[in-house]
Amino acid sequence: MGVEEIDLKAEETKVKKETLIEGGSKLSLKRLIPVPILRNLLLAIVAVVIFFFLSGHLSAYRNYQLSQVGPYVLAILGLSVLIGQNGQISIGHGALMAIGAWSLALLQIHTKLPLGVILLLATLITTAIGGVLGLVAARLRGPYLAGATLALALGVPDIATRYRSLFGGYQGLQINPPSPPAFLGANFTPQQYLAVIDVIVIVIAFIFVANLVNSRIGRDMRAVRDDEIAARLAGISVQRTQVFTFAISSGLAGLGGGLLALVASNVSPGAFSVTLSISLLSGLVIGGIGTMAGALWGAAVMVYVPQWATTLTEKFNMNQGIAANIALAIYGILLIVIVLAAPGGIQGILMRLKGLISGRGRQRATKG
Amino acid sequence: MGNKRSHFSKRFRVTVAAASLSLIAAACGSSSSSSSSGSSSSGGTTANTASAPGITATSILLGSHQPLTGPAAPGYSEIAPAAQAYFDYLNAHGGVYGRSITLKYEDDGYNPANTTQVVQKLVLQDNVFGIVGGLGTPTHQAVVNFLNTNKVPDLFVASGCDCWNQPTVHPYTYGFQPDYIIEGKVLGTYIASKYAGMKIGVLYQNDDFGGGGLTGLKQILTGGQIVSAQPYDPTTLTNGLGTQVAALQAAGAQVVVLLTIPAATALALLAMASTGFQPTLLSSSVSADPYTLGGLVSNFSKGKVGASILTGMQTLAYLPAPTDLTDPWTALFKTIHDKYDASQPFDGNTIFGMSMAYYTALAIKAAGQNPTRQSLINAMNTQAGSFTGPGLTPLGYSSTSHLGFLGAEVMQIGASGSLTSTSPIYVTNVNGPVTTHASVEAQVPANLG
Amino acid sequence: MTKLITLLLIGASNGLIYAVVAIGLVLIWRSTRVVNFAQAAMAMFSTYIAASLIDRKVPYFLAFILAIVFAFIMGSVIERTLMRQAAKGTPISSVIVAVGVLITLEALAGVIWGANLRNFPSHFSLVEIKTGGVKLGISPFDIYIFVAVLVLLLALVYLFQYTKLGMMMRASAFAPEVSRLLGIRVGRMLTLGWALASAAGAVAGMLAAPRVFLFPNNMDAVLVFAFTAAIIGGLDSPVGALIGALVMGISLSLIGGYLGSDLENPGAFVILVVVLMARPQGIFSSIAERRV
Repeated sequence: MGVEEIDLKAEETKVKKETLIEGGSKLSLKRLIPVPILRNLLLAIVAVVIFFFLSGHLSAYRNYQLSQVGPYVLAILGLSVLIGQNGQISIGHGALMAIGAWSLALLQIHTKLPLGVILLLATLITTAIGGVLGLVAARLRGPYLAGATLALALGVPDIATRYRSLFGGYQGLQINPPSPPAFLGANFTPQQYLAVIDVIVIVIAFIFVANLVNSRIGRDMRAVRDDEIAARLAGISVQRTQVFTFAISSGLAGLGGGLLALVASNVSPGAFSVTLSISLLSGLVIGGIGTMAGALWGAAVMVYVPQWATTLTEKFNMNQGIAANIALAIYGILLIVIVLAAPGGIQGILMRLKGLISGRGRQRATKG
Repeated sequence: MGNKRSHFSKRFRVTVAAASLSLIAAACGSSSSSSSSGSSSSGGTTANTASAPGITATSILLGSHQPLTGPAAPGYSEIAPAAQAYFDYLNAHGGVYGRSITLKYEDDGYNPANTTQVVQKLVLQDNVFGIVGGLGTPTHQAVVNFLNTNKVPDLFVASGCDCWNQPTVHPYTYGFQPDYIIEGKVLGTYIASKYAGMKIGVLYQNDDFGGGGLTGLKQILTGGQIVSAQPYDPTTLTNGLGTQVAALQAAGAQVVVLLTIPAATALALLAMASTGFQPTLLSSSVSADPYTLGGLVSNFSKGKVGASILTGMQTLAYLPAPTDLTDPWTALFKTIHDKYDASQPFDGNTIFGMSMAYYTALAIKAAGQNPTRQSLINAMNTQAGSFTGPGLTPLGYSSTSHLGFLGAEVMQIGASGSLTSTSPIYVTNVNGPVTTHASVEAQVPANLG
Repeated sequence: MTKLITLLLIGASNGLIYAVVAIGLVLIWRSTRVVNFAQAAMAMFSTYIAASLIDRKVPYFLAFILAIVFAFIMGSVIERTLMRQAAKGTPISSVIVAVGVLITLEALAGVIWGANLRNFPSHFSLVEIKTGGVKLGISPFDIYIFVAVLVLLLALVYLFQYTKLGMMMRASAFAPEVSRLLGIRVGRMLTLGWALASAAGAVAGMLAAPRVFLFPNNMDAVLVFAFTAAIIGGLDSPVGALIGALVMGISLSLIGGYLGSDLENPGAFVILVVVLMARPQGIFSSIAERRV
C-alpha cells in the first residue's frame, strides 16, 4: 500500500516536471504526436535547422559569443539534474569540466577520431570518474558534500601542473578549433561552425535529460531527493541512485568541458579555478534550479552579463582598471538582486509571467 | 596632504622635460626620414588612407589582453595604462604619420578562457589593427593560433616563454622581454664568472617562467654547482615559502637565484629574514622591482630591517631602472607618467609598458605611411632587429627569429632602491654561447611622427 | 629531523590563520545555517580599513579595534539587508547571495584601493626568536597569532557556554520557533552571529595580511582551506574548527615539504575525503545526521 502511495507521488512530480519542461502550453503538439521521444526529436531538429539558418546572419563575433554559452549550459544542466532532481550539491563541477576538457584535448592530440566520437568519449570518461566520485558523494550530505566538492575544484587543476608532460602544466594544451567542412561553403566561419556544434550538442543533451527525468530512474532520483527513508522503503537503492545521478551529472559537465576546450581552443588550469565552480552554481540558481530552460538562462547570464557590464563601463571615460572592477561589482550586485528578487531564478519569473497571461483560463479548466 | 607642493613640482618637471625634448630635437634633427619604407609609397605627399582594419586616416586602434582584476592583477594591471599613457603623449606630439594610437585593453583576469573571448571581441568586433603586449603565457597561448590563422599581427607578447619564437608556426607572433631561458643563461654566466665554486640554490616558479630559467641556468652551471632547486606553486603562495627556503638553507646554498614573481620574491625574503638565512641573492628581471618589493618588505621586522633587506640583491635588467632619473628614458617616462598616468605608481611595470608602446610606435612607423598588417610584419622582419630605444640590449627580430631582447645586465639594488650595474651586458640566444655587448640604449628622439 | 620540525611549525602557523577564518564560518553556520563564502572578502575589506587607518598614523592596536568594530557593523548590515531576505528562499539562495557579496566586495576593494599588492604591518617582529644561540623556529608574530587565536576562541567558548546571550544565540539557531515562544528575539541573535563572524574575519585578515600581503583576492585561498578545515572539524564546533585547521595546515605543510608544493591542493581534497569517509559529519560535530 505504501508503495502505491509513493508511486502516485512520483507520478505527480512527473506531471509537474513535464509542465516545467514543456511550459504546459504545447498541448496541440502533444496531441498531434503522442510519443514524447518523437515529439522531442522533432522539436530538436526544428531548433537545429532554425539555428543553422539564423547563425548565418550573425557576425562571426556574435556566433562566437553564442558558442561560449554552450559549455556552461551543459555544466549547469548537469548541476540541475544533481541538485534539482536528486538533492545532492556540488561546488566542484568546474573540476569535472576540466576532466572533460583534458580528455578531449588528449584525444584530439593523440588520436585521429572524428570530433563527435571524441566528445562522446570525453563525456564517458568524465561519467566514469564522476561515478567513482559519486561513491564518496553518496556518503556525504549538505555542507559536507559542498566542502568535499569544493576541495575537488581546488585540487584537480593542479594535477595538470604535477604531470606536466602529459597535461601541459600551466600552459596547458593547445586545441585546434574545428574547421567547418568544405560543403558548408567558404563563407561559413569557424565561429559559426562552433556555434552550430554547440547547439547540436545542447539539443542532444536536452533530449537525453528530458527522457531521463521522465523515466523510472528520474522518478527514483526525485523520490530520493524528497525523502530518503521513504524511497528506501519503496525499494529504491538510495546509494545507487545517488551515485548514478552524480555520474550522469558529471558526464554532462565533462561534455561541457569538452565544448569549452573547443571554444577556448586551449585547456589550462587557469580556466578551471574554484571561481568557475562557484560561478556554475550561481548560474544554476539565477537560471532556476531544476528546469532545463533555467540552464540556458543561467549560462547566458554567466557569459553575457560580465561582457555587457564591461561594455557599459567602457562608455564612461575612466581608468580601465577601475572600469573592470566596476563591471565585476555590477555582476556581483546583479547576482544578489536576481536571487533576492526571484528565488525561482529567471525561469521562475518567466513561468510567473506566463501564469499571469494564461493563468486565468487554466485555473478555470482545472477547477471545472 | 602637501598637495600644493607636489602639484607645483610636477608642473616644474614637465616644463623641464619639454625643454630638454626640444633641445634634443634641435640637436638630432629629424632622424625619422631614414627609416621610411614599407609597402606603400612613403613620400610626404600621399594622403593617409584607411589602409587596414583598425586604421583610419587619423587613428590606429590596437588591442591587448591584460589581468586588470583577480589574483594576477597586482603589478601587471599597471602595464597597459602606462602603454596608453605613452601613446597619449605621442598623440599629443603628432602621433605616427599624423595618426593617433589608441590601445584598447580588455580584462581577462588571467583566465585563458576569458582571453579567448576578449581577443575574439577585439579582432572580430572592434577590428583592431593588431594585438600588442598580450600578457601571460597560458593566457596568450589560448589565442596565438587564432591570431595567426586570422593573420593578425601579435606583437611584443608580455611573457618570456620560448613559445613565441616560432616564425614558421606563428609568423605573426613576436616576443618582447628576454626569453626565460636566455635570462637563466645570463644569470648562469654571471655566477660562473663571479661566484665560481660557490654552492648555488634556486627557488623557481613551477611553470615555463621558472622552469625555463632553471633550464638556462643548468646550461651554463654544469657539474653539480647547483646544490638545490626548490619549486613553488603560484596557487599556494598563501602558505608562504618557508619550506622551500628551509630546504635551500639546509643544502648550504651560498648564492640563491630567485626565479620568482614579485610577491613570491617578497615571501622568500620574508622567510629568509625570519630564519636569519643571508645568502647572496640574484634574481630574474621579473622578480625584483625595487619599488614594488621595497613597499612589501618594509616591515618584516617591525620596520627595523626595512627595505634594507633588499640592499645588495642583484637583479637582471634589459630596460633602464625606474629609480634612475638621470637616464633620459626614465626621465621622459616619468614626465609622461606624471601627466597621463599619475594615479598609478611609477615602477618597473610603468617602464615596461611605456617601452613596449615606444617599440610599437617604431614598428608601425616602419610599416609605412599607410600600413597594412602584412607591411607591419614585413617591417618587423626586416627592420625591427635594428630598432633602438630604451632597451639596453639588441633585439632579435628577423624573418627567422621572433625573439625580443637578446640578453640583460646584472644590476645591484642600493640602499635607496637605486640600481647600479655590476656586469657587462650579456647577449645570447636560446642555444648559442653567451657574449658581452655594448649598451644599445638610444638617445631620446625628437619626434616619431 | 630539523626539516620535520620546521615543516610542523610552518604548518601550525598557517593553520592558525585558517582557524580564525574557519571559526567565522562556524559562527555563521551555527546561527543561520549558511556557508558564508563572503567571509574571506569581508575579512579582506576590514583589513583594508585597518591599513587605511594605519596609513593615517592611527596606532596599530587602535586601528585593529576600529577595524573589528567596522567588521561588526558590516556583518550586521549584510545580515539585516541581504541574508535575512535570502533566507526566505532555498539554502542555496543564501550561498549565492554570499557569493554575490564576495564578488562585490572584492571589486569594490579594487575600485577603492587598486589592484596592487600592499603590505600590512605585523606590529611584532617576524624574525625568529633566538635564545642562547638556539633558534626556536618561531617569531614574536607567531606567538602573537597564537595568543590572538586563543583569546578569540576562549571568548567564544565563554560566550556560548557561560552567558545568557550565548545561550539565546544557540537556542535561536537550533530551535528558532521555540526560542521565539520563549521571548528570544531570534532575528537579533542571527544578526549578532553574523556580526561576530565578521569581526572574527577581520582578526583573521589582519593576522594573515603581514604574511600574504594585502590585495583584493588575498584571502580567497585561505577561505577554501578554512572551509575544508571547518568541515573536518564538524561545522558546528569552534574547537573542531581550530583542530581541523591545524590538521589542514600541518598536513599541507608536510605534503608541500616532502612531496612538492603542487600537491598541496590535491592533498587538501584527499585529506578531506579520508576524514569524511571515516566521519561524514566531521570529527567534532555534535548534531545527529541531518538529512537533506
